[in-house]
Amino acid sequence: MKTVNIMIVGVGGQGSLLASKLLGHLLVSEGFDVKVSEVHGMSQRGGSVVTYVRYGDKVFSPLVSEGEADYIISFEKLEAARHASMLKIGGQIIVNTQQIDPMPVINGATEYPADILDELKAKNIKIDAIDALSLARKAGSVKAVNIVLMGRLSNYFPFEKSLWLKAIEETVAAKFIEMNKKAFLLGREN
Amino acid sequence: MKELLIGNAAIARGLYEAGVKVVSSYPGTPSTEITEFAAKYDEVYCEWAPNEKVATEVAFGASLGGARSACAMKHVGLNVAADPLFTMSYTGVRAGMVMCVADDPAMHSSQNEQDSRHYAIAAKVPMLEPADSAEAYAFAKAAFDISERFDTPVMIRTCTRIAHCQSIVETGKRIEKEITTYEKQPEKYIMMPGYAKKKHPIVEKRTKLLTEFAENCAFNNVFFADNTEIGIVTSGTCYQYVKEVFGDSVSVFKVGLINPLPVKSLIEFAGKFKRLIVVEELDPIIETHLRNLGLNPEGKSLFSNIGEFSQSDIKRILQNKIENTVCADTPIPGRPPVMCPGCPHRGIYYVLAKMKLTVLGDIGCYTLGATPPLNALDSTLCMGASVSGIHGFNKARGDLSENKTVCVIGDSTFMHSGMTGLVNIAYNASNSVVIILDNSITGMTGHQQNPTTGYNIKGDPAAKVNLEKLCNALGINRVRVVDPYDLAECERAVKEELDTKEPSVIISRRPCMLLKYVKAKPALTVNSKKCKSCKSCMRLGCPAISFKDGKAIIDATQCVGCGVCEQLCRFDAINEGE
Repeated sequence: MKTVNIMIVGVGGQGSLLASKLLGHLLVSEGFDVKVSEVHGMSQRGGSVVTYVRYGDKVFSPLVSEGEADYIISFEKLEAARHASMLKIGGQIIVNTQQIDPMPVINGATEYPADILDELKAKNIKIDAIDALSLARKAGSVKAVNIVLMGRLSNYFPFEKSLWLKAIEETVAAKFIEMNKKAFLLGREN
Repeated sequence: MKELLIGNAAIARGLYEAGVKVVSSYPGTPSTEITEFAAKYDEVYCEWAPNEKVATEVAFGASLGGARSACAMKHVGLNVAADPLFTMSYTGVRAGMVMCVADDPAMHSSQNEQDSRHYAIAAKVPMLEPADSAEAYAFAKAAFDISERFDTPVMIRTCTRIAHCQSIVETGKRIEKEITTYEKQPEKYIMMPGYAKKKHPIVEKRTKLLTEFAENCAFNNVFFADNTEIGIVTSGTCYQYVKEVFGDSVSVFKVGLINPLPVKSLIEFAGKFKRLIVVEELDPIIETHLRNLGLNPEGKSLFSNIGEFSQSDIKRILQNKIENTVCADTPIPGRPPVMCPGCPHRGIYYVLAKMKLTVLGDIGCYTLGATPPLNALDSTLCMGASVSGIHGFNKARGDLSENKTVCVIGDSTFMHSGMTGLVNIAYNASNSVVIILDNSITGMTGHQQNPTTGYNIKGDPAAKVNLEKLCNALGINRVRVVDPYDLAECERAVKEELDTKEPSVIISRRPCMLLKYVKAKPALTVNSKKCKSCKSCMRLGCPAISFKDGKAIIDATQCVGCGVCEQLCRFDAINEGE
């Protein structure tokens, strides 16, 4: 099979590492070759963060380059637009509609671009927008935005729902399993 | 067992299985998790040392004592550890010793982009470079055998895309290694001129033996394709990019033992192709070596020596191919990293910026105080340089700077290499004000304990360095503690110390807001009727505060109720939440 390229993008501190851990765990248990590339350190402090997940029969590079991503899962609107050029023509963006102002916007140095998702849609980019923050709150924690988005992503993949839930059980701390399962299902089914 | 591991966890596993007994490190992105993962194994003694020089010497001591040992650091940490490294090359080891160093091309979390391969060549020690986690594991394990066989420390070099990339590793079992009997060998371990002169020829001979070893070393792999047009020499993560683009369509010499290089094999390989291309990030190490052998490789004439590569660079440069993409026309505002809501550094930085002081900075989360709107810093060089630097600055400028210059350094960075600079301030008497930003943790690298926190790497209680007493003992009489959430107190303290004609230390003390034991207070709220849109609160650069429809608003999901903005509001518009 051709290698599938996924990017998880967002704002440092939003929990992209857990999302990639869950995805990686599921893909390995399904027998794929997998590479996940993370960035730790400075960019985790509220900066723009990117995680790459690639799977297939044999994966070499841990990175996804411009025009190669099959899926971009964005935890925030602006980040989806920032990384849109990484998407393959015909690729899919799944985006949390939450707006988190970056410091240049907070400072008033620039403005948060209004209607940025509409602009991407107008360019024929496939956008699946979801209010993951509200769904996460409904599941019991605003921190579960990451798992809500994994739930949404699961609709695009051929793996049974039970496999995803099992992966949650195996990667999430025991006391948060039920909440995260709820978040996953809310993302998948809304 | 098959596991998905980041390169750092894979190295830790390899060290563990090889029977490592002592691991000592100082945290540094992207190397930190090597030691964090090693600390999870009960059979291994692990510690955070105050700096990389100490860590390396601890590992040396353990090796001298007959136990397999390791240390890990980031590329700039290797500068600190260079002193023991160069002479350990002469002494060699008793039990195997491995130094892990992680480079950071593209500077994801570093102050420079130096290439650690230079060190292996300069110190004349072997260096391995894995290309994924499976190799990181295997190389770490095998490095001890090379170390013991050739009587040398062995370096393992990774980069961010190996250290922090997860790939599949098939792990095995630990082999226990007994501590060897101790024997005094002065001519081997005392490097005074008489003995060192005898050791240098042995080092040179060892390099020859290692070069022969490299020829048949299992870590160097050659793949031959039918195509005789180009042959590629590469290593580490670059190998993956080359394979991603070319698959099995070109011949590739993958170097796993980066120093010394397998000279004969490379010459033989080069002879088979019309074009010999070297793909390596940062400096032309392999390329220069091949050129010195009389070959004519293409390397930096094609590829940059700046930043990191990806498959798109290989495609663009060697195949002239670029993927089609679509993107928004609207410019996308940048999202630089920022200090967190409730960060204790923000309050003191606000005061320093307000007082328009010159601030010599250091390495850590608090380097982020350099960014708008605080713009609080004037310099950041390396670990500890703020304290040494302010002394030089004040010696140079005297009255021109002494009453309007301070330096800032974190608690962990102060333990790392700020102390010696402070001794210098006391000893050579400059009228300098040193502010220790004590947030009770090593923050930027992801919360590691340090000698001031009272806990060790395992989270167990440990001896706690008392910073006030330490500064007194180093010769500073004026030492005072402030709470950085109290802006008036901070301003008063800074002003008084600047006005005093003797060196002083201000400890700005409050734990990092991200620490688990630090409880957030309810989010503050803005009374929009009272808000006069003066934007005073915006001067803090707190990510939880923004302006909507001409009024300040506080994001309740981000605000931790630190109350610093409340102190800035002259109209009482910011109120405590419920």
